[in-house]
Amino acid sequence: MHFLNLFVIVPALTILAILFTRDLRGARWASAVGMSIQLILAGALVFMYLGARKAGVTDEMLFTSDTSWFPSLNIRYAIGVDGISVAMIALTAIVIFAGVFASWEMEFLSREFFISLILLSSGVFGFFISLDLFTMFLFYELAVIPMYLLIGIWGSGPKEYSAMKLTLMLMGGSALLTVGILGLYFYSAPEGGQRTFHILEIARASIPVTAQRFFFPFTFIGFGILGALFPLHTWSPDGHSSAPTAVSMLHAGVLMKLGGYGCFRVAMFLMPEAASELAWIFIILTTISVVYGAFGAIWQKDLKYINAYSSVSHCGLVLFALLMMNQTAMNGAIIQMISHGLMTALFFALIGMIYSRTHTRIIDEMGGLMKVIPFLSVVYVIAGLASLGLPGLSGFVAEATIFVGAFQHADTFHRVVTIVATTSIVITAVYILRVIGILLLGPIKNDHYEHLGDARWYERISTIILVIGIAGIGLAPLWLSDMINFSLGPIVSKLAGLVNDVPLVLN
Amino acid sequence: MNLNDLMIMRHELLLTLLAVVILVIDLGAGSKYRSFILPVAIGLFFINLLIGFLPAREGSLFGGMYHTSNLIILMKNVLNIGFFIVMLQSFAWLKKEENHLKMSEFYVLLLATLIGMNFMISSGDFLMFYLGLELATIPMAALAAYVHHQTRSAEAGIKLILISALSSGILLFGLSMIYGTTGSIFFSEVKTSFTGEPLQVLAFIFFFAGMGFKISLVPFHLWTADVYEGAPVNVTSYLSVISKGAAVFIFILVLYTVFTSIDFLWKDLIYFIAVITMTIGNLFALRQKNLKRFLAFSSIAQAGFILLGIIAGSKLGMASVIYFILVYIFSNLGAFGVVAAIYNQTGKENMEDYNGLYHTNPRLSLLMMLSLFSLAGIPPVAGFFGKFFLFTSAASGGYYWLVLIAVLNATISLYYYLLVVKAMFINKNDHPIEPFRSDVTTRIGLLICTAGIVALGFYSAVYEWINTLSIGINGP
Repeated sequence: MHFLNLFVIVPALTILAILFTRDLRGARWASAVGMSIQLILAGALVFMYLGARKAGVTDEMLFTSDTSWFPSLNIRYAIGVDGISVAMIALTAIVIFAGVFASWEMEFLSREFFISLILLSSGVFGFFISLDLFTMFLFYELAVIPMYLLIGIWGSGPKEYSAMKLTLMLMGGSALLTVGILGLYFYSAPEGGQRTFHILEIARASIPVTAQRFFFPFTFIGFGILGALFPLHTWSPDGHSSAPTAVSMLHAGVLMKLGGYGCFRVAMFLMPEAASELAWIFIILTTISVVYGAFGAIWQKDLKYINAYSSVSHCGLVLFALLMMNQTAMNGAIIQMISHGLMTALFFALIGMIYSRTHTRIIDEMGGLMKVIPFLSVVYVIAGLASLGLPGLSGFVAEATIFVGAFQHADTFHRVVTIVATTSIVITAVYILRVIGILLLGPIKNDHYEHLGDARWYERISTIILVIGIAGIGLAPLWLSDMINFSLGPIVSKLAGLVNDVPLVLN
Repeated sequence: MNLNDLMIMRHELLLTLLAVVILVIDLGAGSKYRSFILPVAIGLFFINLLIGFLPAREGSLFGGMYHTSNLIILMKNVLNIGFFIVMLQSFAWLKKEENHLKMSEFYVLLLATLIGMNFMISSGDFLMFYLGLELATIPMAALAAYVHHQTRSAEAGIKLILISALSSGILLFGLSMIYGTTGSIFFSEVKTSFTGEPLQVLAFIFFFAGMGFKISLVPFHLWTADVYEGAPVNVTSYLSVISKGAAVFIFILVLYTVFTSIDFLWKDLIYFIAVITMTIGNLFALRQKNLKRFLAFSSIAQAGFILLGIIAGSKLGMASVIYFILVYIFSNLGAFGVVAAIYNQTGKENMEDYNGLYHTNPRLSLLMMLSLFSLAGIPPVAGFFGKFFLFTSAASGGYYWLVLIAVLNATISLYYYLLVVKAMFINKNDHPIEPFRSDVTTRIGLLICTAGIVALGFYSAVYEWINTLSIGINGP
């Protein structure tokens, strides 16, 4: 049996184990053990990957395995990883681990909750190890569907509305994706021969440009909806703010990254000509995402909404950087995915913990929390500083790389959008510092808050592991960017020489 | 022709024998032994189901009126599987006091329709096709009106018989024109002399309309919701799954083997009909509160999806249609099985009655959710594979816009399927349906559905096997 399969098998076994438990205690320990194993596996994978690269292995994908599934359609269960997917798997393992500990006190239907949560994560893991578009798509939808129950049953606020909106919009995205994937499949053998869903084989086959022009928008928008591409981001604020803590963490932290990952791994890598021709449209949209998300966050009063809009802005930046199509910017995009994944998961975990104490998420009703719950408050400040890009934390590395990369384009269009996008840094600083000021500093507004207890042990585990990740990337970014850089090579070389296809009017 | 040749009609002969045996037992059994009729019938049919899978000879009989091949046997076996599940699901309902005197009629009539369907699929000319079709339809009306003291049920019966008469009339008119222009009713001869002249096109459109009634395609669907709502639950599930499946099978066989010369015409027609069938079926399903009506409209939309496979005109298309129907049998019968179990227990069949069902009857709710997800095409259950292969076949013909419309429709359908899931899992209810245990046969039926829904997708051998037997317009 193949090593990578464990990433799907361990969650499946964990779900089985939860089925045999009776109550919350059993369910949470089963999940914690399962996800700890998953975290260790992810760590081992990182080391194995780095080791293999150090030993001089230069294959695009490592640890590959290929099993025929539906031979008549040439659908295969093909798996393998490169540096980017290894990084994403590590991110997922960290966030789901933290998520399990953040839902330690989930009393209502606890077994069902953990089962759905882990089912969702297994979809994500499966997505990142897949090399075959069919299985990739299968895992993608598997990750989306448990969301409906997770938000609908355990959510808060207008949860039924949010759950339905989120599910339908994401499924609408996967509808577009279906067309894109089928198009790729039927054009994957232009000179006759066996059609294929395998990403690397399609990449070698080079799809005809006319077909690319037709299918690229479907694929890019399909994944882009999950990556909160303006104007199809509206599911995100509602969904994130209604979801229970761990689900918000996982969704904003990991699931939205599926969108970004798919955008470049499927849409841009397999259809490079169309990508470079049509990039300018999506660059404009993502620039709007970046600035609009940041502005949206300023006006919000609910902590979760602030963070949800901030996610729209940061995920917009991921797509923005990918569309810049050079090594530096794309490298920044991947680091931004990891960084934002950890950071936003930390934010949502903290918001959940604060809410469970204060029973409100409206920032004006709170104040002076630093005095009563110092641990959580300090971690909140760290997350905030990472979000606004303070050097030494992960956000700085990501954003600096992105904007340096984006500025390498010398033409007016790229310059202008880059400058517009950089304004988001300032706006981010405004809303982060405003929240910290109102929420954590100042006088304690409510006497009831005097008696709040600080973080419990499980809450500390959940937050500390995320802080370690954020600081780790911030202080030693090179190993991560080396890992990514190697794997970006084939993608960037396909896109190289195709960029700057911007209509003259815009220049 | 000797007895040995006759044995290629194995499926039909066995079913006829079975119907006769049930009738005889019914005559002989006094009131004391009547309760044995149902288990015996189920047991005998199970044996018949197994025999169906034994290797069989291909060939034709009666001068080509009847023919059979491995593909046709496969289709009959698919129908048999569905029939068996319906038998299991109707057991609890037939055992009730009110049905005591007429329970064997139910199976006999049901078997008669299945015999009709088998003859229809095996037909080698339009006469046999028509005979089979009528045999499959007329007993259905009696079944729909089975609970004759209920106005709704009686209304369903009369509606079904009138609509069938109308559609048969249209179909026959088309067939008579085919005979008039080609001079033959044999499929093989019609195929060679069918040139696509205007009268033949008109004949084909009449034929298409007649089949449209049977498969309940929009705009020939108006009878569906009323009949489905009025008929007993088990008859409804039979109508929506087995009857529809059989009609689709013969439809695709005739299109792929007889009307090959005008494939451009029927492809255009199907394109148009598929779009309106999916859309209208979905739009009407959105607002249904009665679960039987709800499933009726959703099954109209599903028929629209099936057309996506037919439009391909290729081996891939036929394989995906047969596979989808197999999956659809398990999924839809799973959903109907839950509705029937709850109806038999409580008499409730509205969506709001299902509020909070998960807290009292978790297993039924989970199965219902799996079935609905399978109908909606959500992984990892089998419906996802079924739908994806249908889309693949349509895309293989270059119909990407049709695929887009279909997947968007699938998203809309997800909305109303989720409404039921929401009722069961999320909504609160002060008076939920009490926890109950249904009887053994119902549970076996539901278990088979669950197994099918879960396993059919992952176990790719089933699809591959169907694929090896399928044929396209240009042969295998």
